[in-house]
Amino acid sequence: MTAWTLDTPARRGPPARSEVRARGVPLGWGGCAVAFLAGSLVLGLSIGPVGIGTGSIATSALSHLPLLDAHSPLGAIDEAILWQVRAPRVVLAALVGGMLATAGSAYQGVFRNPLADPYLLGVAAGAGLGATLAIAYAGAGTGELLPVAAFAGAIAGVAGAYALGRSAGVAESTGALILAGVAVAAFMTAAQTFVQEQHAATLREVYSWLLGGFGGADWHEVALVVPYVAIGSAVILAHRRVLDVLSLGDEEAGTLGLGVRRVRLAIVVAATAGTAAAVAVSGLIGFVGIIVPHTIRLLVSSSYRAIVPLSLLAGGGFLVLADLIARAVLSPAELPIGVVTAFFGAPFFAIVLRRARRVGP
Amino acid sequence: MFRFKAGRWSALTLCAVALSACSGGLAANGEVEIPREPHRIVSLSPSATEDLYAVGAGGQVVAVDSNSTYPPEAPRTKLSGYTPNLEAIAAYRPDLVVVAGDADHVVAQLRKLGVAVLVEPPAPDLAAAYSEIEQLGKASGHLDGARSAVAGMKHEIGAIVAAAPTPSKPLSVYHELDQTYFSATSRTFIGQIYALLGLRSIADEAKGSSEYPQLSGEYVIARDPDLIVLADTVCCGQSAATVAARPGWSRIAAVRDGDLVSVDDSIASRWGPRIVLFVKRIANAVGKLEEQRE
Repeated sequence: MTAWTLDTPARRGPPARSEVRARGVPLGWGGCAVAFLAGSLVLGLSIGPVGIGTGSIATSALSHLPLLDAHSPLGAIDEAILWQVRAPRVVLAALVGGMLATAGSAYQGVFRNPLADPYLLGVAAGAGLGATLAIAYAGAGTGELLPVAAFAGAIAGVAGAYALGRSAGVAESTGALILAGVAVAAFMTAAQTFVQEQHAATLREVYSWLLGGFGGADWHEVALVVPYVAIGSAVILAHRRVLDVLSLGDEEAGTLGLGVRRVRLAIVVAATAGTAAAVAVSGLIGFVGIIVPHTIRLLVSSSYRAIVPLSLLAGGGFLVLADLIARAVLSPAELPIGVVTAFFGAPFFAIVLRRARRVGP
Repeated sequence: MFRFKAGRWSALTLCAVALSACSGGLAANGEVEIPREPHRIVSLSPSATEDLYAVGAGGQVVAVDSNSTYPPEAPRTKLSGYTPNLEAIAAYRPDLVVVAGDADHVVAQLRKLGVAVLVEPPAPDLAAAYSEIEQLGKASGHLDGARSAVAGMKHEIGAIVAAAPTPSKPLSVYHELDQTYFSATSRTFIGQIYALLGLRSIADEAKGSSEYPQLSGEYVIARDPDLIVLADTVCCGQSAATVAARPGWSRIAAVRDGDLVSVDDSIASRWGPRIVLFVKRIANAVGKLEEQRE
């Protein structure tokens, strides 16, 4: 951690509104978030186009644990469906949802911009370009290469935006960085569209990647994304107090002894690496990174000490539920997950917004 | 000049004769005035390109779109049927342009330039595919060629279907359009080809009104289809090996026993004369399935 701490609440700014809030995650809300994630995971594992009883699932799970003498009541096909198809899908959705929501909260804090989402600095456009290039030029069947290319594209997009923002001369201004992100994203989207148009035969594969989803999830993808989510969210979690200080403004944060530029870079790098990894395995899933942190902000606290950890838990639970709806509503057909996150997320958010207005200041 | 009635006429006939569900999709662009024998044809539809060569009008074709990959001698250009560039098309000085759909109002725009346009949309069934071949034959001055091409297709498909074993129990098929499990129901053109051979698509159980629903991976595994047809070998590089490597898919009997047909995407997605090849491949696979059963 940095040399300074924020044990006493700051005198001004939203985080200091009350003593209770400044202490971090209220116990009740923490319990709620854990229960929400756990409940979503259990539901996600129990429900699917193929009916497998919850009791059988529990016994089957026990039979996979060492030292226990339990025998799975499931046949080979149901075993494969449960542990090779459904389980990795649920786990991947939880990891990606948690990462996107955490990264979204970090971006909102760093840029002091409520509309910031994890794709703000060109992650989405860069990943899209990388994936399209891989599909178009590395030939079809780019199973192994695709996530790597998407990841590299996402990192390149944000690195480009950061370099451009700094070279603009107003390095201390987050506004310049956001504008640089807009320019880089527009450029990369144009390049992506051009490549896609030149390789019309690959249109279908590019589109299904861009739409995003967890239909093809396997344990290999989970293993790919785990280290990035673990490190990315750990770094953001460690900086949750810093985000509160940053929310006071760069100047104030500086007078409090914070190396604003260095800290901001660390948080952006962590959020970007985590988001890029999430996008690489799941495509572009919108809405999660912006709605989950705001819901927590409205319901619980405006301190990042609460928002960051709760976003990690609730984001995971939210995306697991969204994916469950995506595969259950038209079963055995599926809906694109982006449709679900927005269709169910937006009305829910509207309710939260109205209630918060009534109760709030 | 003679007046050529395309689309609407055949759609009406079709409704009357085959009692097929006409949604208006087939009715193309009505009456079209076409020079007696067009000698500068531009095709922006891969299926129409195949039809034109099959009826014997290949010599009159001056340009085809970038997706018209068959036959190989067709003069492939960078023209696009999805985002048609009017000036680029006009530069070929066509006297007839064939399209599968009216993207970017290309039909009205070409007409303004005095170019005849024929719209030949995706065929909902074999009868419609035959009638499109005949329309293209008539329009290009090769009605006899078209009639014999259609008669040949009917004869071959009839012979293949007649020779195919009648399945002892209904067979199920999973038709894969891409590796995210988009599939086709029995209501589609390809679904009706399967029906000819006694196969039923597992996508029929999908709720919602889409004829090309995206299926859940776990559903495909649990449904354990008798036959898997990969129509994503070119677009998406899928093969028996990539399918077997998918988590849980090795449990499917068809994957274990090799009851898996890999077809060129273009054969399975067009409604031209090469559909006969597709019928033959599927009939062979059904024959093999029945042998295994015995």
